[in-house]
Amino acid sequence: MSKRIIVWLPLLVLIALAILFYKGLYLDTNKVPSPFIDKKAPSLILPDLLNPQQQVNLADWKGQVVLLNVWATWCSGCLLEHPVLNAIAKENLAPIIGLNYKDNSQKAKEWLQKSGNPFTAIPNDLSGEVAINWGVYGAPETFIIDKQGVIRYKFIAPISLDDWKNKLRPLVIQLQGERL
Amino acid sequence: MSKQLNIILLSLVICLCSVTILALDTTEFSDAKQQARYQALTNELRCLVCQNESIAGSSSELAQDLRAQVAEQIKTGKSDAEIRTYMTERYGDFILYRPLNAGKTRLLWLAPILLLLLFCVIFISIVNARSKAIIEDEEVV
Repeated sequence: MSKRIIVWLPLLVLIALAILFYKGLYLDTNKVPSPFIDKKAPSLILPDLLNPQQQVNLADWKGQVVLLNVWATWCSGCLLEHPVLNAIAKENLAPIIGLNYKDNSQKAKEWLQKSGNPFTAIPNDLSGEVAINWGVYGAPETFIIDKQGVIRYKFIAPISLDDWKNKLRPLVIQLQGERL
Repeated sequence: MSKQLNIILLSLVICLCSVTILALDTTEFSDAKQQARYQALTNELRCLVCQNESIAGSSSELAQDLRAQVAEQIKTGKSDAEIRTYMTERYGDFILYRPLNAGKTRLLWLAPILLLLLFCVIFISIVNARSKAIIEDEEVV
């Protein structure tokens, strides 16, 4: 009996490996899990893009569920995502803070004038230092921050309308239902 | 038609021959020890934008920014461990090319030893079974 198992063992190992490698083919390694999930959001205090004398401080939104979207005009995915952000903003469900990441401020302003401004505030991160503190490694990236100022979710990729309807909006509504 | 083909082929050849110019890292330290630490650290940290490169080898903007961070922190007297912690706090363990010998990735470090032990056990059991079989054969003869 035990001999029989030994005879079949190589085949079983081979099948197991084949399944493992097949699954590996579809792993998206570009999406690195954020170590910030369920941790307090790092501080974010930066001058506003449209009104540089004014400081935007994320902590001012404490008590509200907030979307933090990292964007730039050099990022083609962000331009693709923009109409979706506009649609989200129209719903008036949650404020969208648009962290402008290492962008040309002039171009950013022109883009918003042309395509609409979905953002409640636009902290301007010219050096990218704040973005590093948030573990940003590309754009667009979207964080969902709960009422306590804790990061609950990170979406890496342009948000599609489907993503918003099926993933992000239900989470925002769930988090809005949580007690402060 | 063949002229067009020639042009396409020629442009292909030109594309393949073009040399990728890498941004040279010009960061300098007054202290050779710090320079060595900088080299070692930037070679051990993964560039998350182009994941098969280290931040030393990548010319992406994020890699440049992270190299600058490493240089600055070395100059302000941070230890290697502190700099690694700074990176993993922000980007997760994935940024380390050398996986941690702890938690989820400990198995990676133990795997060679475990496999070696397993094969030793299999080897010994096979040798034992065969020598037993030989002895039994001899007894029969």
